[in-house]
Amino acid sequence: MSHHIVEVKNLRHVYPDGTEALKGVSFRIHHGESVAIIGANGAGKSTLLLHLNGYHSPTAGEVRIGDFLLSKGTLPGIRRTVGMVFQDPDDQLFMPTVYDDVAFGPLNLGLNGNELERCVADALERVGAAHLAAKAPYHLSGGEKKRVAIATVLSMSPDILVLDEPASGLDPYARRQLIGLLKEFRHTKIFTSHDLDLVLELCQRVILLKEGEVRADGPAAEILRDERLLAECRLEVPLSLQGCPICGKRQG
Amino acid sequence: MWATSAATLAYSSAKLRRDFDERVPPLMGVLGAFLFAAQMINFTIPGTGSSGHLAGGILLTILLGPHAAFLSIASVLVVQALFFADGGLLALGCNIFNMAFVPAFMVFPLFRRLAGNAPGRLRLNVAILAAALVALQLGAFAVVLETTCSGIATLPFASFLLMMQPIHLAIGVVEGLVTVAVLGLAQKARPDLLRGSLEGRFDLGGKRVLLAFLVAALLVGGGLSRYASVLPDGLEWAVGKLTGKTELEASSGVHAALGAVQNKTALLSGYQLPAPARKEPGPASEKATAAGSGTGVAGVVGAVLTLAVACFCPYLFRGRRRTKPEI
Amino acid sequence: MTSIEGALLDFKRLDRLAAGDTALHRLDPRAKVIVTFVFIVTVVSFGRYELSALVPFFLFPAILVGLGNLPAGYLARKVALLCPFALVIGLFNPLFDRAVALQLGPLAISAGWISCASIVVRAALTVGAAFVLLALTGFPAICSALERLGLPGMFVVQLHFLYRYIFVLGEEGGQASRALELRSFGAKRPSLATYGSLVGHLLLRTWLRAERVHRAMLARGFSGAFPTRTVGRFGMAEAAFVAGWTAFFLFLRLNNGAQLLGSLLTGHFS
Repeated sequence: MSHHIVEVKNLRHVYPDGTEALKGVSFRIHHGESVAIIGANGAGKSTLLLHLNGYHSPTAGEVRIGDFLLSKGTLPGIRRTVGMVFQDPDDQLFMPTVYDDVAFGPLNLGLNGNELERCVADALERVGAAHLAAKAPYHLSGGEKKRVAIATVLSMSPDILVLDEPASGLDPYARRQLIGLLKEFRHTKIFTSHDLDLVLELCQRVILLKEGEVRADGPAAEILRDERLLAECRLEVPLSLQGCPICGKRQG
Repeated sequence: MWATSAATLAYSSAKLRRDFDERVPPLMGVLGAFLFAAQMINFTIPGTGSSGHLAGGILLTILLGPHAAFLSIASVLVVQALFFADGGLLALGCNIFNMAFVPAFMVFPLFRRLAGNAPGRLRLNVAILAAALVALQLGAFAVVLETTCSGIATLPFASFLLMMQPIHLAIGVVEGLVTVAVLGLAQKARPDLLRGSLEGRFDLGGKRVLLAFLVAALLVGGGLSRYASVLPDGLEWAVGKLTGKTELEASSGVHAALGAVQNKTALLSGYQLPAPARKEPGPASEKATAAGSGTGVAGVVGAVLTLAVACFCPYLFRGRRRTKPEI
Repeated sequence: MTSIEGALLDFKRLDRLAAGDTALHRLDPRAKVIVTFVFIVTVVSFGRYELSALVPFFLFPAILVGLGNLPAGYLARKVALLCPFALVIGLFNPLFDRAVALQLGPLAISAGWISCASIVVRAALTVGAAFVLLALTGFPAICSALERLGLPGMFVVQLHFLYRYIFVLGEEGGQASRALELRSFGAKRPSLATYGSLVGHLLLRTWLRAERVHRAMLARGFSGAFPTRTVGRFGMAEAAFVAGWTAFFLFLRLNNGAQLLGSLLTGHFS
């Protein structure tokens, strides 16, 4: 089945003010892959992600999710397939309580009654936030907000999970929790991050963007070791691949 | 006022539902919250050294268009009334009228006419300033009318009006300047902010403007005529108070004073607080007042006692609650 | 400017109270909204010179505070903070209404003072009741209750959104004004121009946030209608709650409770 394939071909995006954010990006992501899109600020990561669930429409080129070409007609189906977690959970959690927020998607899909209850409970359970159901979003900590934001998407049982900067602003413990959480998902995962150690832990593959173009696309272990390439793209070798600051020894 | 506000609420909701723009709900909500935050930041009013804050009615109306702005401002007022008792729950209906209805439905058409379709910087700023001025003048006038009609405060209409209008002229100028400053900056970065309210999407043209003004005129007119009917007495009474004539009268005996009170309550009984007041007509309150002064001591003692009971109530129940689990 | 943060903390505190779990908290929000409404209407319906008959009405918020396990001191302080405002409204009354209405020994109290006090008491009562309602129910639940009682859905959605983002934008506004304060060295408040650009930037950020929120809604299948789920039901307990309090208010409206109690007591002693 080619259901969960994400294919982007020669994607160009020009903003109304004339900025060319994407200049012909192409890649293909297979079922079950975990891919990080990395790059400097302004390299076009977020613009790219917003194409994956059709919030932006391409200036040129095409986006294919599974068997469907992204277009107005296929949009609802694609938004169901692609679950998108935004960078700032405050943007994503807009309902009065956590429960309502997690139920927002399923309700829009027409679920109700026991089915809805189960679906919401499951999603909250999976991110370890069942005890937060009755709370209001503004009473949550940063890490809790992030997990709940992921639950709001999981409740729609998407096939592809897209996350924008999942670990930004989290304390080390919450970050570790999140990494554990993401490791468990069997979905196709696509996310952007500046936290290259997290990328190294979660992904087999990395797509490196530079000024709206794909500069490199390959195994994470290879790209993240390439000091020159990373420096050229305003990035750094992840700490865990750098030498020990005291003895200079490298980890395995 | 409650009725007008509620009717407009229903109308605006229905209108928004009809030509639904799915982008609007989050915008309305978040802008309402913005207004809330902006109102808590104070600035120095030039030349006076005192401080003020943005009221924002005109700002929101210009950004959102009348219907959405009305709901947005009204929601802010509801939250403020509930949480900070700002303006009080009782005055909420009036507040919504003064601060949401007036700018959204009475002043906005004027703004549109002044600003035209694609105004230059100067014309836009002048239009904003004028709109803010008119909005605050109308608002202040409405406050005076409402206060007088409600009869809750006994300040005479004319002197109250003379006090309110000039103050609000100054406030209007400041509000206008702030709105110009805020919008000027925001528009420089995002020229599309004002597009919604300046271009075609909004068509409260012709008949509707007329209708809005007609409704407003009827309301104001209704208020005025109601007031006018009591004006002679009211004026006489106010003058009498101001010259201290009645003070003499009052000292001539408790009976006379009681008579005066009765007169007054009779005079104002129809114009007491909002609608519900009419359920229990004046005589009841007169009787109560008369009785209140007659057996004043009993009243005071009883009041103090019940107050004491009320004060202890929370702890009474609390105590029981705390001991319960232990049993 | 700590005022914003202070206000937000206060907000959150009031909001947290609603998470309590007493019989009153569990009551369907509609019942509480209705009773509070009846209470306010009753209190307001009294004549402007009424004072003693209003006092027994303090029992309502007091009993609810007790049963709901709410912090009485905190709520009382909140109410007390507002009394000066009510006082301002009523302050002119003693000046213009000097007729003597009550003779307490040598002390002659004018009708103006009584109506002024009446305004303050009324304000304290209605505000107190509103706070108690909030603390027992929580704002979102009140909104949903109002929707089921007939408030237009659009407006309810607006209230929900507003309430949610007050916390976010309040924080943003607080941060912006703190940053300003730290660099303005003693000047207490910004000038108009500075304020204009501060609030202008806040407005821009707000606008961008609205767009992001909209995006997040679309990503979860939002197509215009707000799905709602109905919870709670109006059962026997609710009916009893509404009927009981309404009867109590009616009784106090028709009889001066304080007067009754007072004459009972003074009659006993004389």
